[in-house]
Formats: sequence, structure tokens, C-alpha cells
Amino acid sequence: MKILVVDDEQDVRTLFEQRFRREIRSGVFTFSFAYSGEEALAYLHGHASEVVLILSDINMPGMSGLELLRHIREEYSAPPPTPPQVMMITAYGDEVSRQQALQLGANDFLAKPVDFAALKEKLLHLTEHEN
Amino acid sequence: MEINASVFLSVGLAAVVVRSMRQFLDLPTRTPHLNRLIGYFWAPGVLLYLFALLIHWKTDRLDELYTMFLLGMVVLVLVRVQEYRPARTLLLAVVPYVLYAAIELLSGALSNAFLREYKSLFSNTQGFAIIWLVTFVLIARRQKKHLEAERVVREAEEKERREIAAQNAALERMVAERTASLTLQTEELQHALEELKTTQAQLIQAEKMASLGELTAGIAHEIQNPLNFVTNFSDVSAELVAELEEEQQRPDRDPELEAELLADLRQNLQKITHHGQRAASIVRGMLEHSRASTGERQPTDLNTLADEYLRLAYHGLRAKDKTFNATLDSHFDPNLPKINAVAQDLGRVLLNLFTNAFYAVQKRKEQGEAGYAPTVTVATRRLPDGAVEVRVRDNGTGIPDGVRQKIFQPFFTTKPTGEGTGLGLSLSYDIVTKGHGGTLEVESVEGQGTEFSIILPA
Repeated sequence: MKILVVDDEQDVRTLFEQRFRREIRSGVFTFSFAYSGEEALAYLHGHASEVVLILSDINMPGMSGLELLRHIREEYSAPPPTPPQVMMITAYGDEVSRQQALQLGANDFLAKPVDFAALKEKLLHLTEHEN
Repeated sequence: MEINASVFLSVGLAAVVVRSMRQFLDLPTRTPHLNRLIGYFWAPGVLLYLFALLIHWKTDRLDELYTMFLLGMVVLVLVRVQEYRPARTLLLAVVPYVLYAAIELLSGALSNAFLREYKSLFSNTQGFAIIWLVTFVLIARRQKKHLEAERVVREAEEKERREIAAQNAALERMVAERTASLTLQTEELQHALEELKTTQAQLIQAEKMASLGELTAGIAHEIQNPLNFVTNFSDVSAELVAELEEEQQRPDRDPELEAELLADLRQNLQKITHHGQRAASIVRGMLEHSRASTGERQPTDLNTLADEYLRLAYHGLRAKDKTFNATLDSHFDPNLPKINAVAQDLGRVLLNLFTNAFYAVQKRKEQGEAGYAPTVTVATRRLPDGAVEVRVRDNGTGIPDGVRQKIFQPFFTTKPTGEGTGLGLSLSYDIVTKGHGGTLEVESVEGQGTEFSIILPA
């Protein structure tokens, strides 16, 4: 399953690669990284069909996670292929952002710091569904 | 009538003379003792009469004797009060007559024949002496009048002088009262001024704290991120160690995997250190911001300072308005020289400019303009003369002309009550100009954006 992680913090890549090293090694997950909303959109233009899940931070300079989400929902609204799942992550785990994210079509909403054990559960669960 | 009794005519005349003298020369006040004494002017007359009666002396010279006495008394009195000018004139008036009377008396006493022989001479002399007397009495009278008039003028002057003195005293009292009240006022003003100074210091500190409050959320966010990394990298390192140990227990160890795990561990430790330092530097910055300024100048890297405060200001606003987003555009001159500055003070200036910039773009965004991309730009560059320039630009609402004149005035604010102290730019201006000898200028186009430029001399 191909996952695109969008966050302006570059070290997120190292972190994800280590947290999910077993899954990456065994080929369950494949990660791609984008460091801004704009970069994520550019990446999607080339790899739309591959990406199954997008994990995006909300608070980023420039295009925010929520704007990215709106673009994604506008551009990839109808199948085929299946529109990607989008999970939003934010340090400000407040209800307003959550409602706004869900309204814009987010599939899930995670608060920072990310509970990687729980995230792994969710991702594995998604993988099972996909298969 | 008995011939001796003619002396009483002279006594009667004497009464008139004494009375006139008393009045004319003001004897009761000028010489009270003598005044009392001459009250007995009649006594010699009576004594003479009684004496003559006793010795049966019949003569028409009694009154002449008495007249001599009277004249003597007059001369005595005049000599006594001679410091009075009319008295001296009177003295001059009576002297010839006294001499004449004395000679006549003496000649009469010596020989009547002599008198008779020179009768016409005596008579002429008497006439002359009387004319002399009358003339000088008149002169004396005029002198007295003149002196009186002078006295009246002097008294009027004296009265005027006293009045002026009284007025002076009154004026001096008023001046003293006024001075006292002014002194009191001055003290009150001094007191008020001291209170104002204290209040000003408190306001400056309050403004600092208010801006720190605005920063709190930004700082929390800025600290939370590195702390999350520290936690995550520690956790994952523990997992890596466990995996490494697991691998070492296996009979067929994979040295390649072990090496990879060790490399990851090394990298993670570096990351932990890096993010730990990042958090520490933010905390340090926050402490520096809240601490009272020492005013000590140190070589300062404006790129780092600007970057730090740009992020803090951004996250500070984000904490208040979660939906807010802006593009942060920074153009830092890599060859920017360090300048001697009070970093903490300049940090406040930058924070202020950034906060204002974000506020302006947020306001413009709220107007719902289509395709509007809020952008805050910071650029640094070295000027040819070695000075350093920092430009903070936003594409926000801009500042209307009328407002631009006032933005550096203390307490001027366009923000709603409670949102701005109105001290931010005024303090910033002081810090840049007075504190660092630099300039702080603003350019703005309403509806398009604002640019502040700080120039600090090398």
C-alpha cells in the first residue's frame, strides 16, 4: 500500500522509515514524502493511481493541509480509480479543525504527537480491507 | 488809678504775648517744661506791685521793669526753641526792640534829663524797632505758614509712603502665598511625573508581557514539535536496540542488518540532540524576551533572529486563528555581517513587525478576496556602507495615509480595545533609533501591502 506523508518537518521521513521499517522491509507499506502542500499536489499529479492513503499535517507554511485536502477532493472526486484516503494530523487537536477537516472530506483526524502504535493498527486494518 | 497798678496793663499784654507765643511756636509740644513755667508770667508783675506797695515806692517804671522781664522771657523762650526757623526769625524781630527797651530803661534809671534830651532819637529808634518787629513777625508768620504747608506735604507723602509700604507688605504676603501654592503645585507635578515614569516603565513591561502572551501558543507549538521528535526518536531507538539484541542472539547473524541498525541508532541520537537543542534555544529566546533588557550590545546574527521571531509570530497568530495560513518568504543574505545590537530589544522590534504583518494579511484574507495568498516576506541585506537592512513586507490591508502619520505615536492603535497596547511600534521606533542609532521607515499602499525597513549602522 502506497502512503504519501505530507509534513514541513523533514525529519518526519526518517521517523516514519524507522517506525515502519519492518513493514517497509516486508513490502506491506511503501512511503513517499512531500514537504509542503504544493509538493504533495505535484507528486499526486504524477502518481495519482498509486497513492492509496495520504497522511497530511494541517499546519504548514504556504498551502495548509486543509487546502491540500480540498484540492484533492476537487481533483480526485470520482472513481476510477478509488479516491485516496486522507488522514489529517495536527498539533492543535481542537474541535473546529476536526470538524472542518471532516467536512472537507478527511477520512480520519489524528492529534500530534502521533501515536505510532495506533497508527500502525489503523494502516494494517486498511491494508486488510484493501486486500 | 494808682500809678503802680499800670503794671497790670503790662501783665494783661503779657497774657496776650504768652498766648500768642504758645500758639505760634506750639510750645506745649516743643518745650512742655518751659511752657508750664511761662504760665507764671504774671507772678513777677504781682511781686513787683506788692514790693512797691510795701516800700511805698511810687513810680511809673514798674511796667517798664515788667516789660523788660517779659521781653527777657520771650528771648529766653525763643533761644530755647531756636531750632524752629520762625523762632529764630522772631528772635531777630525782637532783638532791636529789646535793646531799645533796655537802653531806655537804663537811661531812664540813670537820668531823666538824658531821656528828655534825646526824646526824638528814642522815639525814632522805638518806631524803627517796632517796624522791624512787625516786619519780622510777618516774615516769621509766612515762614510758619510755609513750614506748615511743607509739613502737610510731608505728612501726605508720609501717609502715601505708609500706604505704599502697606501695599508692599500685602503684595509680599500675596507673593509668598502664591509661591507656597506654586511650590506645592510643583511638588504635586513632580510626584505625578514620577508616577507617570513608573507607569511608563510598567507599561513597557506590560507590553513586553502582552507580546510574550501572544507568543505563548507559538512557543508551545515550536517546542512541541522538537519534543515530539525527541520522544519519537528515543522510542524508535529503543526498538532498534531491541532488534539489534535480538539479531545478536541469532546463530546466523546478519552483519549488514546490524550495521544498518547501528547507523540508524547513531543518526537518531544526532536527531535527538538536534531537536533537544532546538527546543532549548526556543526556551532561551523566550526567557531573553521576558527578561528586563540589560541594554548590553553583542554581535548579533539578524538572519537567525529574524527567522526565529518570524516563526514565533506566525505560530502565535495560528494559535488564535486555527484556520489562518500564510506563506512565509525569507530572503536571508548569507554574507550578512553580525552587528553589535541588543538582540533581545531587536527581537521585540521584529516580533512586532511580524505580528503586525500577519495581522494585516489575516484582515485582508477575512475580506474574502478570491485568489488571495497571504504572504509575509522578510529579507536581509548588507548595504554598501556596511550597514544592515531588514525588510519586513506583507501583502495585507495596507495603512491609510492618515493613519501612517500616527503609527509611531505611543498608544495609537487601530486594533479593537484589548487587542493592542498601541505601544508596539512606538517602542520599536525608540529601540531602533535611540537604542541603535538606526532608522525605521514604512511604505504602504492601502489595499496592497506594507513594508517596514530597519537600517542598522555597522
